[in-house]
Amino acid sequence: MALLEVRDLRVSFDTPDGIVRAVRGLSFSIEPGQTLAVVGESGSGKSVATQTITGLTRGAEVSGTAVFDGTDLITADAPTLRRLRGAEIGMIFQDPLSSLHPLYRIGWQIVEMIQAHDRGISKRDARRRAADLLTLVGIPRASERIDDYPHQFSGGMRQRVMIAMAMALDPALLIADEPTTALDVTVQAQVLSVMRKLQQEFGTAIILITHDLGVVAEMSDEVIVMYAGAVMERAPRRDIFYRNHHPYTQGLLASLPTQKGKRLTPIPGSPPSLISLPPGCPFAARCPHVFDRCRVETPPLADVQGDPRHQSACWLDHDVVEAVA
Amino acid sequence: MTEASTEPQPLLRVQDVRKEFPTHRGEVVRAVDGVSLEVRKGETLGLVGETGCGKSTLARCIAHLYDVTSGSVWFDGNELTGLSRRAMRPLRREIQMIFQDPYGSLNPRRRVGSIIGDPFAIHGISKGAERKKRVQELMELVGLNPEHYNRFPSDFSGGQRQRIGVARALALRPKLVICDEPVSALDVSIQAQIINLLADLQKDFDLTYVFISHDLSVVRHVSDRIAVMYLGKLIEVSPTDQLFEQTRHPYTRALLSALPVADPDTADSREQIILAGDIPSATNPPQGCRFHTRCPKARADCVASEPPLEPVFDDDPAHRTACFFPLTIGEDLSTAVPELVDLPDREAS
Repeated sequence: MALLEVRDLRVSFDTPDGIVRAVRGLSFSIEPGQTLAVVGESGSGKSVATQTITGLTRGAEVSGTAVFDGTDLITADAPTLRRLRGAEIGMIFQDPLSSLHPLYRIGWQIVEMIQAHDRGISKRDARRRAADLLTLVGIPRASERIDDYPHQFSGGMRQRVMIAMAMALDPALLIADEPTTALDVTVQAQVLSVMRKLQQEFGTAIILITHDLGVVAEMSDEVIVMYAGAVMERAPRRDIFYRNHHPYTQGLLASLPTQKGKRLTPIPGSPPSLISLPPGCPFAARCPHVFDRCRVETPPLADVQGDPRHQSACWLDHDVVEAVA
Repeated sequence: MTEASTEPQPLLRVQDVRKEFPTHRGEVVRAVDGVSLEVRKGETLGLVGETGCGKSTLARCIAHLYDVTSGSVWFDGNELTGLSRRAMRPLRREIQMIFQDPYGSLNPRRRVGSIIGDPFAIHGISKGAERKKRVQELMELVGLNPEHYNRFPSDFSGGQRQRIGVARALALRPKLVICDEPVSALDVSIQAQIINLLADLQKDFDLTYVFISHDLSVVRHVSDRIAVMYLGKLIEVSPTDQLFEQTRHPYTRALLSALPVADPDTADSREQIILAGDIPSATNPPQGCRFHTRCPKARADCVASEPPLEPVFDDDPAHRTACFFPLTIGEDLSTAVPELVDLPDREAS
């Protein structure tokens, strides 16, 4: 059984400019020990979706279900969500500094978090646990640094502290929202390798939200490509890169610089407003293969070449994929 | 790629430039610590390195936005160092910058037309209808709708705002454009639009670029030559292809190997070098080679003295490396036995 099963998630916000439909019918599931990458550009709804699942979008209009280990997170009450967050679902965000309290020592914050969920544990054991975690994520001299404040750590080290906190209670699911976007590449490589190591050790499922297709290729088992609040394509990793179907997926990959000097193929135009979405396929206005039907009817996710693990929301023939490599 | 010696005179020559900033604790941050390089007319020099390596400071020294602490910057035969504001003014037209943040570098309360027209106003070139016409020509040139002349920056998307920045930089027909992370804040599909635009403009106006980015795949794409910086120093300078195919400096190799590749087969098969620790502080950089605290090949020699930036093995003169133990082609750095670095991780502070 899937660890988390999300069905037809819809999230909208009422703003002075109108209703922003940030997520429009998102469905996916994730198995234990798997990494699901959710990729998309700014405004695709990738972060809003996962924040909603963990109960972090206040003031939003939400419908759909997100069943985690038998509990629907969308309808769950605050105490239930609080219990699950941290203990069962760990979270890390792009900017570790805003997730750490600047005035408390790192160790104190981890200990508090452990004790909040495990009232039986002694302070001393919790502290030992915290030091072990810091060692595990590659913080040198962890038993000394446990008494440092967040500002005494570099960006990469802070993100490791966040991972340590997220993993403190051995959660079944880790939601990582652009965890390495603010980091330099060599530090990103360190942090990604820590995440991989922890996943192997604890069998944690990871939802990795990113705009970086390189990170997707390095880390994921399965990929969801989002655009304007909806899934354009979902597939196992290699299919997304080598046998993709949706013109938006293809456009993203073609935009990447590869060889020196070769002219890039950008996607023309920019994403539509989520307040006044035109009818039909949200990508129609930028799609090189657009035809009449695309502007009228929204294409549903349908199996590509009869493979239920590979789906694309496009009116183009689902038996034809772009064979690369 | 032409040899340096056959070129009459580089457009830009940076000679042993240092830039220090005092800290409130009375220490000195050596942001740029003795950098020399040349940029030839019409070429794109990529400048790469991680946070704090000094690449943006160097760019600002070149654009004369900072006074250098020592050393000199020559542009088109003129020494810029020490020039008065007045003497600098005509030269400012020839060197322009494009910045990373298209939000932060545009005044939100001013109309786009007047923002792009600023350079004309500042340098007293054209006014009224003539200026508007020139601004609208620029807007068209960078792919903006000239009818949007009276709109505000907030009416534009991120990619369009960067086009506004490009239009403003090109207004005075500069010879040298310093692009400081020009596409880093943009989504990948939009990033490609701007990169293509910069390439077209370079061809049409014979521009010379210094292109700064932390993203090696972007730099590889746009650059004829690449200079790699680490803690205020150049550690490898090379024609682009050679930098990737005959990487000499262990830091360059680590940077290249850390770059995530959007290709599952390559991602699965390649050996990644995970560097130990963090970049040390520029207030108190390591002795000798600054990379020795994280280098898998570092030996005692690397602590004792600083390696010069020069061709190694039989590399051509355009490919210079500052390393006592440069990599041979095909050398596997991931199996190097470190003498100075404790793996897997070592604190550097």
